Amino acid sequence: MDKYVCMICGYVYDPQAGDPDNGVKAGTKFKDLPDDWVCPVCGADKDSFEKEE
Amino acid sequence: MRQLEIAKGVYDVGVTDWNIRDFHGYSTYSGTTYNAFLVTDEKIALIDTVKKEFADQLIENISRIVDPKKIDYVISNHTEMDHSGSLPRIMHRVGEDKPLFCSKMGEKNLARHFSQKWNYRPVGTGDELNLGKRTLTFLETRMLHWPDSMFTYLKEDKILFSSDAFGQHYAGPERFDDMMGDAIMPHAKKYFANIMMLYSPLILKLVETVTSLGLQFNMICPDHGILWRKDPGKIINAYVKWSRQEDNEKKAVIVYDTMWHSTEIMAEAIMSGLTEEGIYVRPMKLRECHRSDIITEVLDAKAVIVGSPTLNNGLYPTVSDFLTYMKGLKPQNKIGAAFGSYGWSGESVKLVQEELTAMKFQTVDSGLKIQYMPDKAGIEKCEAFGRKIGQAVKG
Repeated sequence: MDKYVCMICGYVYDPQAGDPDNGVKAGTKFKDLPDDWVCPVCGADKDSFEKEE
Repeated sequence: MRQLEIAKGVYDVGVTDWNIRDFHGYSTYSGTTYNAFLVTDEKIALIDTVKKEFADQLIENISRIVDPKKIDYVISNHTEMDHSGSLPRIMHRVGEDKPLFCSKMGEKNLARHFSQKWNYRPVGTGDELNLGKRTLTFLETRMLHWPDSMFTYLKEDKILFSSDAFGQHYAGPERFDDMMGDAIMPHAKKYFANIMMLYSPLILKLVETVTSLGLQFNMICPDHGILWRKDPGKIINAYVKWSRQEDNEKKAVIVYDTMWHSTEIMAEAIMSGLTEEGIYVRPMKLRECHRSDIITEVLDAKAVIVGSPTLNNGLYPTVSDFLTYMKGLKPQNKIGAAFGSYGWSGESVKLVQEELTAMKFQTVDSGLKIQYMPDKAGIEKCEAFGRKIGQAVKG
């Protein structure tokens, strides 16, 4: 599963880990994150993320 | 006005803002400084500038050492305007086409502040700039505390220019840690609590990275306050301790406001209960204490007990203000509790409780509300409430 990087702060969303602190279960693909999910570090929205090369 | 050789050929050319008392909503009773540094070698580099209003002083300080035109490189560690505000004047004097080094996000963010098409040279972690006999190495520190933040490290002298990290809003005759001893630490703690607390996990990660890179520091030079030369490890260790937000003191803060002293009487009785349990308590009334001072106490407290009267079916406005501020700073590992007096509807306690729960505080009680003035039985309830919180603090 692809990892995605926040272009604002560099946080990496790893689908294997999810974002359990914010109710996102491990194993959730980036595209399946809710539309109102934001970067847990800086608060940027999903559009600020790009696929990790 | 000051300029000071802090190491051979390295000068502090920053300025002192003696009279600022409100720094974007942070109380600065001792003023602050905007530090900027000139590194002179075969090439000359200026690290950071100062708030716009102080550009003349900065230029004068530089001019006593070298003609600003002779500066070859300008480095912007951080876009925030207390460090970049003088860039237009500086670049004009230094030369509009001179290379301006910053992080990738620094380029984006500076371009959102200034329309000039400067010769940006975006750099990342590990990139180096040779000055002749000496080298500057860059280290990106995103979100410490803006996306553009970075550190610059003077390799041969082992001097870290750390931007806002490790800074303090303090203006005084002292320029180094050894001139102040522990008296600087409350200022550093307040700075951490109000600016850095929410990025605690990133700070711990950064310290790990720096340790694994084996970087050593003879001196840490932040952009505000005194420079750490006697014991740079002291402020790093303090940052680790504050970032962990561990409870070492068995401490509780009671943050409240009051209209007709009822909530205040409750606060005092809760304090008695906590004290009985051996807890160190700081009661802080919101209309008397600045939110930035309260947050400083919250940083190393285990329990944060918030009291609000009910006003017009809602929270008292200063309590709202404080809760908004605290929520953004994301304190960790706290016990929370809510209390307050009310007249007829009594919504405030529930509202406070909801906010504390949203901040992931561990709540030990559903909250305590008392109608109008607390009577003897009410006072006893408050004392028992305080004891209950105290026991939870002791674990």
